[in-house]
Amino acid sequence: MGLQNKVALVTGASRGIGHAIAIKLAKQGASIIVNYSGNKVRAEETASEIRSVGAEAFVWQCDISDESAVQEMIKQSIDHFGHLDIVVNNAGITRDGLLMRMKETDWDAVLNTNLKGVFLVTKAALRPMMRQKQGRIVNVASVVGILGNPGQANYVAAKAGVIGLTKATAREVASRGITVNAVAPGFIVTEMTDQLPEDVKSKMQSEIPLGKLGTPEDVAGVVLFLASDESKYMTGQTLSVDGGMAMQ
Amino acid sequence: MADEDVLVRVKKIVVDRLGVDEADVKLEASFKEDLDADSLDIVELVMELEDEFNLEISDEDAEKIQTVGDVVSYIENHKS
Repeated sequence: MGLQNKVALVTGASRGIGHAIAIKLAKQGASIIVNYSGNKVRAEETASEIRSVGAEAFVWQCDISDESAVQEMIKQSIDHFGHLDIVVNNAGITRDGLLMRMKETDWDAVLNTNLKGVFLVTKAALRPMMRQKQGRIVNVASVVGILGNPGQANYVAAKAGVIGLTKATAREVASRGITVNAVAPGFIVTEMTDQLPEDVKSKMQSEIPLGKLGTPEDVAGVVLFLASDESKYMTGQTLSVDGGMAMQ
Repeated sequence: MADEDVLVRVKKIVVDRLGVDEADVKLEASFKEDLDADSLDIVELVMELEDEFNLEISDEDAEKIQTVGDVVSYIENHKS
């Protein structure tokens, strides 16, 4: 699944699943735009790892819920690498809490980053992809966007939204050689899932048919597939990478 | 009277992009009605026009473009 001469933007690439995706794509030869929001040190570490496997890295800080910042990121990426072939919309945040106690600001923050951010990055990236007549967009959704999860109304709504956005975008740009797919990770060991309450964690774990948590690399492998030519006849799909939690 | 040079360049892009006969690309021709363009074709057309004439067409202005003549007059009014 070689990605030589491909350029990939990975949002939220400083940590967790985004970090694993960036490294996985780089190992296949892709040049990586390492987008991050707050953690510059970790983003630079990701870039160093990318360079250590012989690929190019370009680090760019940007809040993906800010349209002009997103447009600037895409412009800088094109200026730097000359083209943009793959976008992995991975960046996401959580502000968990029961719906009845959820603050409007927590709802807005999660929807802005996790759903509007995907829209804005996709919108900006489609321009160069339409010009190139090819492109791969991979959105990182979540198993909870399929199954629901108490205490995560905002996150679940955003991730279910990402699945719908994936289908709508896929239909709009299919005629231009651009595919849009999603992965729906299950319970993956990251700093984000570490923050979940213990009772939620143990309950989720007991519902995993494969009996263990996933790793960021498990997700990255499927993202690589969707970013490569191996998946060129697929679009609008959401692939679950969840140990069997949500079977379709 | 439309600027001949602009019209020639616009015609070429429209013919290339939409695969239509040059004879059909008249000033009064509607992209959607007469030239069989869908909304995505028009988005692409606008991007190519931006490249060709080195200008930026805002989304609001792009939505108003309906005919070949609209494009030509827009470019004549905005070219640097």
